[in-house]
Parts: sequence; structure tokens; C-alpha cells
Amino acid sequence: MTNISSSVDEPLDVPLSLRGPASTHAVVGFGFWLFLLSDIVIFAALFATYAVLSGATAGGPTGAELFDRHHVFAETLCLLLSSFTCGLGSIAAQRGDRQATYGWFGVTALLGLCFLYLEFAEFSTLLAQGAGPTRSAFLSAFFTLVGTHGLHVAAGLIWLVVMLAQIATLGLRPMVQNRLFCFALFWHALDIVWVGVFTIVYLGATP
Amino acid sequence: MLGKLSWAAVPFDQPIVMGVTAVLLIGIAALLLLITVKGWWGYLWREWLTSVDHKRIGIMYVILALVMLVRGFSDAIMMRAQLALAAGGASGYLPPEHYDQIFSAHGTIMIFFVAMPFVVGLMNFVVPLQLGVRDVAFPVMNAVSFWLTAAGCLLVNLSLFIGEFARTGWLAYPPLSGLQYSPDVGVDYYLWALQISGLGTLLSGINLTTTILKLRAPGMGYGRMPVFCWTALASNLLIVASFPVLTATFAMLLLDRYFGFHFFTAEAGGNPMMYINLIWIWGHPEVYILILPAFGVFSEVVATFSGKPLFGYRSMVIATMGICVLSFCVWLHHFFTMGAGANVNAFFGVATMIIAVPTGVKIFNWLFTLYGGRIQYTVPMYWTLGFMITFVIGGMTGVLLAIPPVDFVLHNSLFLVAHFHNTAIGGVVFGVMAGLAYWFPKAFGFKLNERIGKLIFWCWFLGFYLAFMPLYALGLMGATRRMQQYPDDSWQPLMLVAFSGAVFVLCGIVLTVVQLVVSIRQRRSNQVDGDPWNGRTLEWSLPSPPPAWNFTRLPQVSSLDAFWHAKSASEPAQSPAGGDESVHVPRNSALGFLLAFCSVVLGFALIWHIWWLAGLGFAGAMVVWLAHAWRTDREVLIPVTATAP
Amino acid sequence: MTLSTQAQGTAPGETAVSHGSWRTYLVGLLFALILTGASFWAADTDLVYPAGVPILLGVLAIAQMGIHIVFFLHISSAPDQTNNILALAFGIFVVGLVVFGSLIIMGNLNHTDMPMHEMMQMQR
Repeated sequence: MTNISSSVDEPLDVPLSLRGPASTHAVVGFGFWLFLLSDIVIFAALFATYAVLSGATAGGPTGAELFDRHHVFAETLCLLLSSFTCGLGSIAAQRGDRQATYGWFGVTALLGLCFLYLEFAEFSTLLAQGAGPTRSAFLSAFFTLVGTHGLHVAAGLIWLVVMLAQIATLGLRPMVQNRLFCFALFWHALDIVWVGVFTIVYLGATP
Repeated sequence: MLGKLSWAAVPFDQPIVMGVTAVLLIGIAALLLLITVKGWWGYLWREWLTSVDHKRIGIMYVILALVMLVRGFSDAIMMRAQLALAAGGASGYLPPEHYDQIFSAHGTIMIFFVAMPFVVGLMNFVVPLQLGVRDVAFPVMNAVSFWLTAAGCLLVNLSLFIGEFARTGWLAYPPLSGLQYSPDVGVDYYLWALQISGLGTLLSGINLTTTILKLRAPGMGYGRMPVFCWTALASNLLIVASFPVLTATFAMLLLDRYFGFHFFTAEAGGNPMMYINLIWIWGHPEVYILILPAFGVFSEVVATFSGKPLFGYRSMVIATMGICVLSFCVWLHHFFTMGAGANVNAFFGVATMIIAVPTGVKIFNWLFTLYGGRIQYTVPMYWTLGFMITFVIGGMTGVLLAIPPVDFVLHNSLFLVAHFHNTAIGGVVFGVMAGLAYWFPKAFGFKLNERIGKLIFWCWFLGFYLAFMPLYALGLMGATRRMQQYPDDSWQPLMLVAFSGAVFVLCGIVLTVVQLVVSIRQRRSNQVDGDPWNGRTLEWSLPSPPPAWNFTRLPQVSSLDAFWHAKSASEPAQSPAGGDESVHVPRNSALGFLLAFCSVVLGFALIWHIWWLAGLGFAGAMVVWLAHAWRTDREVLIPVTATAP
Repeated sequence: MTLSTQAQGTAPGETAVSHGSWRTYLVGLLFALILTGASFWAADTDLVYPAGVPILLGVLAIAQMGIHIVFFLHISSAPDQTNNILALAFGIFVVGLVVFGSLIIMGNLNHTDMPMHEMMQMQR
């Protein structure tokens, strides 16, 4: 029985599941994909809680009274465009083009910062109006759901800065490429969650 | 400066606690002294504390589980003693506020720090060996997972002598666990310990799922994977899907307690029932996370010690994945009595009965495997046979409880307590004990003493029935769970029988320690080669213990029961060495140990509201993580001569 | 060895052809912008039957999530993506269960239970 390693070209009729251990890139990518799915389940629990508690305003302000849809539209555009620039950054990184990588990911970071600034402004306004998370169960759920998403965006931005530092110091070696790849998955997933947030929380808040 | 922490946090006025603390501190000091005097720190650090080898990590998980079993069982026997005494107006020896912490700690420790680590440890050790590969997908993350679990464990143990533990039961329902009704640190200890170890468990779930789906030896398609790996896959998929719900729910309770949010409070619109709903969305898959690998152990043991292939491989796999999916569809049966209408209760009652069917399929497959086989009555086989009787009884009482009107009478009675101990002990404990006896020789190169092993089994078997059969009767007679005393002294004889059962189990646990000591003493005469049981799967093709890199060359697999197939065809499972061969092995890493240290600091500081210390702990974790991100020499090359078989 | 013959399949987000895939991202962006605009319009307009607006919003949201998954994450039905699709399907199953299961159960409880604030008043 000779041992066939998976680094030699396989005849295409051997099924994928029989070809031995996958490459590091595939393993890392799939592992991170599972992590993302687990993160989405956290959001599912927060969405469910929001949906259940959305009517529990305890005599305080409702979503329809508080939310500004133009503001949310601006946030949405920032995040969506940043997903696009992130994609272009991924392509540049795969090509090995450092300058373009810095450029596109830099724009991604700026757009992400804009999103965070807008969200921070919204939260500050609400707090100043006395509509903070301790006012009612509805507001607790709102601040937690939207705030958790915002925290993920913030963590993503910190991760991005670290990644840019890694590219600068270690170059675009396979380890760094794998991590950039994971970052892009993370960033796109955050945009997917945001679609849920703006639809259910903001557009769903009817008087 | 020190938040809520002061000398008043140490329970100087509780003699039992202070006595235990003194014994523990002396014991730990003696151990540390011994290690120092013998100069073992270097060896421990290099070979265990910074190891990223799945085998070492698996062994450390099991050691953690066995140590915590002693603490969890101490709680149990204290409760049994209290109930044996506190009949008809007598108050026993444990005041209620103490008793409440004991039953909460008992449940929390047994589920999170005994059963989970034991099961995860077995899966960690065995799965890569059975898949024919060198390690799990993410070895460093594997170490991090273990050490985060150990960190949570340390926090729970600290609550014994600094502060107190929760008094809410092992699931900490609000509003009792909210800030208004539990203002002390007990619930905070519970929440932070479980958030930290929960993160470790989630990462472990991701790790093993990726390993099973993406890293298998060439030729090992899904239909050629051992059943233990299928059950491990189902269990880890459940971890990935359900633990985030636990994290989110605990986070919301923490927000209520720390920032005055109103998720689960009794005012401002809060809804405590939502906590119960969410926690059981996690809680039911959790019990399947524990039992599925135990089923996997039994599948391996039954096939090996019948000398036959497992009957009905296909149906076993389908039953396993069916249980995986169905376990998400039954969670309301934990709160039938909490106000849902008849239609909703009926749906979940029926779903709960349906989930018993795939388990029944498995029982029949094991029986058909035994039928016509040459059965060897080894210690693992004893545990398996004991399981088949005991677990079936437990499962049947579960189906009884699945009928909502019956549950209305028996919810939170001692009948319920008997049911879940029946399945947890008869299923999970018997399973991990079988796994321990079965794979111990592979891990250490010598067998555990068989005679003592059988004695341990009988202690647990008799002890279980004596301890819990009376509880079924008491539950039907109206006894509720978590009670510190009871008025009806006609219940006392049954409580005394239950206490005697606990004494038998105590003997079993003591004998486990004795068995280890005796077996280590006798290890030269009990030495084994790679295949002491005439096994069927790939782990038995390696020396005992296996080298760090497992397989010099990955085996080429062409059938199920790959090793058995190779033995029958008189072929070596591994290709003979020849030519230039060297193996890359992941380098050790202190990341796990350091992250755990920082998380203990962070957790402790958050519990006691010492904000500057919490910031330090968090910053430390980030610094350690960043330093690890820049690590470029991640592998060690082991040259040819060391790998020649 | 090309990506399509890699053992155990490819990671999500990987494409076999990297050259020219900026077009994929652009198409995805355009679709997403249209769907976003449609959602915001639908929430405000009088042209849609009011009771149907939530359903329309739901459909638009799911469509946009699908656009993201296909155009940005490159999940497809190719054989090397099977693991990713199955994981995604399991994830969607759990998410659906958590959200809709909770809504059904909590709605049912709220129907039969006394409201919490009334219950608290009974305690006083």
C-alpha cells in the first residue's frame, strides 16, 4: 500500500473527501467560517430578545419616536461601501500589490470609522434624551443588539490596523494572507448582520 | 481601590469551609514544594503546560475532570447526609443559605467542570488518532481552549473561600439571579467563570469540527470514519451552534447586574421567561453534547470486545446526525409548566418522544453487535453493559416526563432529579469511565488494574441504584428538589437508603485513586504494545504511547475499521519508512497558559468590581495575543532518525 | 494543483479565478444598493398595502443577505463548497429556530400568563 500524499496532482475522479488533509488555507478559512456562524447565532439570540421585548417600552419612548431613518441610511451606505472596498483590498492582497492593499483597506477603515462615528452620535443623542438602556426593556434590547454590532465593527477596525502593521513588518506571506482572508470574511459578515439590523430594528419600528 | 473586596469576604465563621480551605491550601503548598524540590518545573512547563499536542491536552482535560469530580461529589454527599438527617422538623447540619450554594455548585461543577472536560478530553485524545492525522486543525487554539476551561474552574474554586457562590441553582434563573435578589458576588462568580470557560469550549468545538471535516487520512471518506468520530462531529456541531446562545444570555444577565439593564428584571418591561427560554435553547443541546461522545465510546467498546464489526454502521450515523438536529427541537420540555398553551406544549412533548427513537436504534445496534460475538468481559465492557440497562431506564422516565400533564405533577420533583441523574450517570459517567479504561493503555503504555476496575464499576452501579431509585419514589410522593429539610418523616427511610448509595459511590471514587496508584506501581508488569485489545481502528496501529507526531506517514485508508482490515490482510497500516523523511510538528506555546492567567485576573477583578485590575487583566491578554500574532517560527522539524519506526 | 481539485474543498470566499473578480464585487455592490434603496423606500411609501410591508421588507433583507453571500463571500453550489453550504444551512436552521421559536413560545406565554407588572402588584 503506497502512501499518496495530497500535494501531488490527483486524478479528478477521486472524490474530494478521500484526498487526505486539506491545505492550511482551506482549514483556516473553514474554521473561521464556523466561528462566524457561531457569532451569527449570538446575534440571533439578541435579535430574538429584541423582537420579544420590542413592545416593552414601560411607558417610555418607542422606536418610531426615536429613530432617524436618514441617519441609518447614511450608516448603511458607509458599511456597504466599506464591504466593497474590502473586497477590492482582498484582490490586491492576493495579487501581492502592497500599495493597493494599503490603499483599499485604508479606505475600508475610514468608512468603518464613519459608521462608528454616526452610531456613537446616535447613541449620545438617545442618552441625552433620557432614552438610555436602563429606561426600559425595549431600550436595553436595542442598545445591546445595535451596540454589539458596533463593538464587532470596532474590534474589526482594531484587527484591520493590526493587519496593516503585519503587512508592513512581515510582508504578504501566507500566514498574513490567511489572516487578511479571515478579516474580509468577518467584515462581509458584519454587513450581512447590519442588513438584519436596519430592516428589523429601524425600518421595522412602526408607530 | 479593591472594589467590593475586603477581609469580610473570607468566611471565617463557617467551620466546614475554613477546614476544607485549610486542607486544600496545605495540599497545594505541599504539591508545589514537591515539584520544586524535585526540580520538575522545567519538565512540567516544557512537556505539559506549554504543550500543543492534542494527546497531552486531552490528558490534562481528563485530570481536571477527575479532580473536580471530587469537589462535585463532596457537594453531593453533603446534600445526601443533610437530607438523611433533616426529617420532620429537624434542621440537619447545613443552614439553608449554605445548602443553596452547595446544590448550585454541585450542578455547575458536574456539568461544566467534570462532564464537559472529560468528554472533550477523550475526543481531543482519540479523534486525530482515529482519523489518521497528526493533530487537530488548530493546535495552539486547542491549548487555549483547555487553559480557559481551567481558568473558569479556578474561579469557581476561589468562590469557596473568597466570597460565596450563587444560591440560584445551576442555571441561575432571574429574577432571583438579578441584582435585586442576589446582590452578592455569588452569581457574578458563576457568570464570569462560565463565560470564560464557555469561550474555551466554543473554540474547541470549532477546532474539532474543522479537524473531522477537513483533516482525515487519505482514503478516509465519511463512510470510513469510526463511529466515535461521527458522534464527536455531531457533538462539536452542537457546541458551535448552541454555546453562543449561552454566551449571549449570560451577557444579558451581566448587563442587567452591572449596568442596570432591564432584560430579565421584574420591572420596566423585563421578561424573566425569556432567560428561561434562551438558556434551555442551549441547555438541551448541551445534554446531547455530553451523551453523544459517550455513545461513541460504547460503539467502539462493543465492537472491539465482541470481536465483530459494529452492526448497522449506516443507521448509527443517521441516528447520530438525526439526534444532532432533533436536539434543537425539544427545549420547551424543560418548562412545560411555565404558561405555554396546550398546542405548544403538545408539539414539544411529541418532539421529545420522537428523539427517543434514534437512541433506541443505537441500543438495538449495540445488542445486535453483541449477538453472535465472542464477548470479552473487560472493564470497558462492564461499563457498557451497565450503561445499557441503566440508561434505558433513564430514557424511559424521560419519555414519561415528556407527557405535559405528567410533567405538571413531576416538574422539579425528586422524580426529575432521579431521571437526569439516571441518564447523566448511567450514560455520561459510565461512558467516560469506559473510555478511560479503554484508552488509558494507549495514552500511558500500561493497563489499569482490572480487578480494581471491576470493583469500581460495582461500587458505582450499586451506588447509583441505591441513591436514585428511592428518589423516583419520593418524587411520586411529592418531594421537591433543592429542599434543605422536609416535614414528612415517613420519607426519611428512603433518604437514608439514598445516602447509603452515595457512600458506595464514594468508595468507587476512592478506589479510582487507589487504582491509579496501584497501576502506576505495577506498570512494568502491565506494559502493553500498541494493540492490547485487538482493536479495529487506527489508534491501535501506533505504539503506546504514540510519538508526538502520531503517524510518521499518514495511512492510506481503503475501508471502514482500517486497522482491522490491515491486520486481516497482513499489511502494515503504515507504509514502511524509507528514504528521506522528516516531520513538521507545531512548536510549543505559552499562549494558552498566559491567556488563562490574564482571564483569571480579569474575571476576579470584574466579580469584585476592581476596575483598574480588570483593565490590567484585559490589557495583558491583548498584549500576549499580539505578541503571539507576530510569532513566525511556528514549527519544529523532527529529522529522519527520530521518526524511523 | 488548481483550487478546484484541492482536498476537502475550498474555503468560503475563495474563487478559482481571481483575475477579473472585481466585477463580481461591483455587481454585488450595485444589487445591494438597489435592494437597500428599495427597503428604505418600502418602509415609507403609501404605494404598498401596509400589512404587507413587513413581508416585503423581509424578502428584500433576505435577498440582500443572499447577494452578500454569493457575490462577496463566493458561496456557490460547486462540489468544493459543499462543507461550507452545509455549515451555512445548519447555521440558518439554528438562527431560524432561535428567532422564530422564541417568538412563538414567548408570544404563547404572554397570551396565557398574567403580565408581569400586574403580578408584581399582587405581591404588594
